Amino acid sequence: MLKEWFTEGIPIAEGTEWVTDKITEKLSFLFDPIKEHFGNFMDFSSEILMLVPPIIVIIIVALIAFFISGKKFGLAAFSVVGLWLIDNQGYWEHLISTFTLVLIASLLSVIIGVPIGILMSKSKTAEAIIKPILDFMQTMPAFVYLIPAVAFFGIGMVPGIFASLIFATPPTVRFTNLGIRQVSKELVEASEAFGSTGTQKLLKVELPMAKTTIMAGINQTVMLALSMVVIASMIGAPGLGREVLSSLQRAQVGTGFVAGIGIVILAIIIDRFTQSANSKEQ
Amino acid sequence: MPIIEAKNLTKVFGKNPKQAIDHLDRGLSKEEILKKTGSTVGVNRASFTVESGEIFVIMGLSGSGKSTLVRLINRLIEPTQGSILIDGQDLAKMDKKELRQVRREKLGMVFQRFALFPNRTVLKNVEYGLEIQKVDTEERMKKAHEALKLVGLEGYAEQKPEQLSGGMQQRVGLARALANDPEVLLMDEAFSALDPLIRKDMQDELIDLQSTMKKTIIFITHDLDEALRLGDRIALMKDGSIVQIGTPEEILMNPANDYVERFVEDVDRSKVLTAGHIMKRPETINIEKHGPRVALERMKEAGISSILVVDSKRNLKGYVTADDASEARKKEVRDLKEILRTDIKQVNKETSMQDIFNVINGSPVPVAVVENEKLVGIIVRGAVIAALAGDSEVNLEHA
Repeated sequence: MLKEWFTEGIPIAEGTEWVTDKITEKLSFLFDPIKEHFGNFMDFSSEILMLVPPIIVIIIVALIAFFISGKKFGLAAFSVVGLWLIDNQGYWEHLISTFTLVLIASLLSVIIGVPIGILMSKSKTAEAIIKPILDFMQTMPAFVYLIPAVAFFGIGMVPGIFASLIFATPPTVRFTNLGIRQVSKELVEASEAFGSTGTQKLLKVELPMAKTTIMAGINQTVMLALSMVVIASMIGAPGLGREVLSSLQRAQVGTGFVAGIGIVILAIIIDRFTQSANSKEQ
Repeated sequence: MPIIEAKNLTKVFGKNPKQAIDHLDRGLSKEEILKKTGSTVGVNRASFTVESGEIFVIMGLSGSGKSTLVRLINRLIEPTQGSILIDGQDLAKMDKKELRQVRREKLGMVFQRFALFPNRTVLKNVEYGLEIQKVDTEERMKKAHEALKLVGLEGYAEQKPEQLSGGMQQRVGLARALANDPEVLLMDEAFSALDPLIRKDMQDELIDLQSTMKKTIIFITHDLDEALRLGDRIALMKDGSIVQIGTPEEILMNPANDYVERFVEDVDRSKVLTAGHIMKRPETINIEKHGPRVALERMKEAGISSILVVDSKRNLKGYVTADDASEARKKEVRDLKEILRTDIKQVNKETSMQDIFNVINGSPVPVAVVENEKLVGIIVRGAVIAALAGDSEVNLEHA
């Protein structure tokens, strides 16, 4: 066999396929219910959001924008105009789908990423193992994840979330690790010297101190999740991304531009929201 | 019984501490071990005891291992070898839970750069130690307020640490350590980050606090003046080893080796030495028995130009000068009282040299050292200068 590897090439592709097939087959008892229930949950979430009239959503977003930006009108005004424009162009439903996808993917990324980041910060071994995996996750072209995502979860929102998770989680992990490692040594010593348990040290000192850094990571994660919406639409995830994709396929410059603008508006609003939630603390 | 006892306490940083310890046992120096094994000896077989209620100063230059040593005392750094007994229990052998208990109940720590939690208010900072022990809110507020009052910061409870000056921040650090009511306070260069005037205030305040609290304080510093001001006893460290332990006077007057001697060479002795250290046995005459003739005789014998006059109980009466005595003899005056001068400057044994300067300046005659109105010694100008120059002939037995 070794000789074949040299003459014919090592069958990495075949191996990967075999592994993916096996996982699909053996873990279908796990994937199928996820696909079904989680898919239903996602649909349900976006349907609920769509029940709310756009005007109410716009007002709420504007109000929140006004208060988190320190009672300035800039962000609020931008939100009103931007969201109204999207509604005006008839993309409201797509916007809600995209938002749901980004929101759920980001939440899951944070839920998974923060504990992994904490683990990394506490153990050199964990850091040594996880770091290259994160590099791999971020540098592997995102399209590649779509293939196993479809194999595991079929098409629709769920595989989109799966692909987003892989692509968007690393910043949260990295920044959590970095944030905790950057907490001043004296502060950690102080908390230990007074007899804190490991959990108390983490919850009362390390996480609060690392919060700004972790939030910066989460902001990145959200942005990456958003950047995945177009790619995820290739495997049937609904939303603005699908409009961009279909206009690409039909060479409709105008539609593509409008849907793209929609994504940009959503990106700016989400970015400013997550950032100001952070800077307010400083 | 000593409250803290360190035996052979050793810390080696690096991958192969065992090997480094073998080398240490064979008497190799820190540099040789670093070259041979790549391991750094942080603390080298330190042994000392700290008595309850004393201020024990650990002093050394940077890199001497003093900060490592204080962290071995509460095991923020794991000792490589040796034991550290607190109230007879070996900290080095405790499991995590027992260690936490000791840290919570017996050890408080104050840090060089304050290490206050910036996201908490002053009060919440002070409460920290109690909070992690799950003391109920009301009691911990009460204790935290008491601790803040102790350091004079009652009004600042709701401020954030960054709103306070350095000196105030360190008071918060001190209050935080005191709120737990620990037996031992570990102060790691606690005043080093403060500017000199504030530092001196804090030192005075610590001495005041100590006189009422009677805590055991282990104080780390690189500043010899600070060590001499605060310490009941001082341990001097070099290259991870303790080179001398003693009272400030012992360190100053009997340096154990060249290193200590060079270290104390530049110290401002005037702050440490007192009249008791530099006074000499006085030449006197008794006003009830002697006349000018004897006075003159004594002065001639001792080669001095004035002599102190006492009564039979050695109470200081004044002095006579050689000129007056010789005049009196010519005029056949018999009674010393007629030539007695009483404008003599007096100090007591605890008067510091700095204060003696002011007294001796402009005084033509030696200054008398008086204890309960009885004459115990005199200070001549020469002795003051000799003491400042570091002359070790200064008599310690009066100290």
